[in-house]
Amino acid sequence: MYPSEYRYTKDHEWIKVEGSTGTIGITDYAQHELGDVVFVELPKVGAALKAGESFGTVESVKAVSEIFAPVSGEVAEINSALADSPEKINQDPHGAAWLLKLRLANPADAAALMDAAAYQAYISEQSKEQSA
Amino acid sequence: MRYLPKSPAEREQMLQAVGARSVDELFRSIPETFRLRAPLPLPGPLSEAEIIQYFQARAAENSRGFVSFLGAGVYSHLRSVVTDSLVQRGEFLTSYTPYQAEISQGTLTAIFEFQTLMCQLTAQEVANASMYDGSTALTEAALMANRITGKSRVLVARSVHPEYREVLRTYAKHTGIEVEEIAYQPSGELDRAALNQTRLSGAAALIVQSPNFFGVLEDVPALAEAAHASGALLVAGIAEPVSLGIVRPPAEADIVAIEGQAFGVPPSYGGPYVGVIATREKFVRQMPGRLAGQSADDQGRRGFVLTLATREQHIRREKATSNICTNEALYALVTTIHLCLLGKEGLREMALQNLSKARFALAELEKIPGVRRAFSGRFFNEFALEFPRSVKLINAALLREKIAGPFVLGRHYPELTKRGLVCVTETMPRAEIERFANALRRILETPL
Repeated sequence: MYPSEYRYTKDHEWIKVEGSTGTIGITDYAQHELGDVVFVELPKVGAALKAGESFGTVESVKAVSEIFAPVSGEVAEINSALADSPEKINQDPHGAAWLLKLRLANPADAAALMDAAAYQAYISEQSKEQSA
Repeated sequence: MRYLPKSPAEREQMLQAVGARSVDELFRSIPETFRLRAPLPLPGPLSEAEIIQYFQARAAENSRGFVSFLGAGVYSHLRSVVTDSLVQRGEFLTSYTPYQAEISQGTLTAIFEFQTLMCQLTAQEVANASMYDGSTALTEAALMANRITGKSRVLVARSVHPEYREVLRTYAKHTGIEVEEIAYQPSGELDRAALNQTRLSGAAALIVQSPNFFGVLEDVPALAEAAHASGALLVAGIAEPVSLGIVRPPAEADIVAIEGQAFGVPPSYGGPYVGVIATREKFVRQMPGRLAGQSADDQGRRGFVLTLATREQHIRREKATSNICTNEALYALVTTIHLCLLGKEGLREMALQNLSKARFALAELEKIPGVRRAFSGRFFNEFALEFPRSVKLINAALLREKIAGPFVLGRHYPELTKRGLVCVTETMPRAEIERFANALRRILETPL
């Protein structure tokens, strides 16, 4: 379910690092919690993102959530297909529905984030808290 | 919800809850000099009979028997008693936006129809549930253009209502928006040469008004083309929407900001009025204000909802498109009823009457020696005149004959001394236009 080569944040974003580029999206857990996504707001290409800061929003039929940058960098590309078909986030959150690609300020930053196993432990803990 | 004054016991309880020993201690952070030490100098309470007497006396102070040739952003039009009797029905009579929205299906239906009418009139795709007035609508349109384009400079024609420009500057001052004004040309239209000299590229929007403050129609399609060629949006303001009965709608504009007063709201001391923003559907998420949408319930029945509320402040806080969380519910309804009573043909007929009466008035006034048109551009129901002496002096003499107007243009445009704005709507009888022309001729024949 959660690709082992990705890294994950507590705010439920994932990042896939290839060289100095990082691809960012929201996790399957996040899309499931949000429900049907109807709108995605992304920054412009060239915008500078700082780790931990909000860079956009994902809006579903029941909520609107901020998306936070897992690491710092400059926006190199945004997934413009999401403007017309935001539902892709529900269908393929770890693949076709990536949000943006970052030119990483420091490619090593992502290593500090959770790996797939740690993230899965984290979300099962979250689910327990919610049902408690 | 009831609003009851609090008892000393309740004050005590609240102070305890916040951990303050006294009201004085609660307000300690306010410097001494700013604190009110004496009670407010308010008059004592009045009995019901005294209140009625008071207001009857105030009502008697109203001037009577004047005819008015004033427009300048506020327009006197015929309105039906049907509008007043309908809006006063208990089901409708509230100036509040629906907060527990879906329970107010009647109000939402009316708002949806209001939005539909505004879209039809402006040839735009979406319109909001209304704004405070034309000035805030125009200003919010500028902020919207800033959000859409990511650019912070807006160009505004000097022929836009001066008070709208003041509101724009007030908002701009604290939102990091730079406002640059574009001159007008002898026709009264925006000066295209001045526009080309300014940095149109890099601007979020070009903001114009049509008919503009001088009553002159702007070439909206050409201005939209110029704006678009430089990557700027065109914001079209409309202060006299009755013009839409015969003037081509601003279809090429990206955002249309309207003052709806002319649609059935009496002039009444300058407000409150009703503004509205209409735009293209692709910009809807950047549009401020409430938005009623049509939906269906779980049994498939048609119903109305407030939609795209995630743009709004109660959900998005500081990231909302605007701090407006309301609409001019009652006046939006007045507008809707008024327009439905008029109908498509009625509005057209009303607009045509404005045009012909204004043209007749201009012809009569231009016959007076020394009086000539100040601008040559096409106009609707308002035009500027140049007089051989100060408009203020002329007005003082006209007032003695129970005639109000023309509007003194020098008040907002220092270069337009001896120029006044004359507005003639369908409400103005021919005899009054002639009386105005005769009075003006006599006044100007009398040496100073």
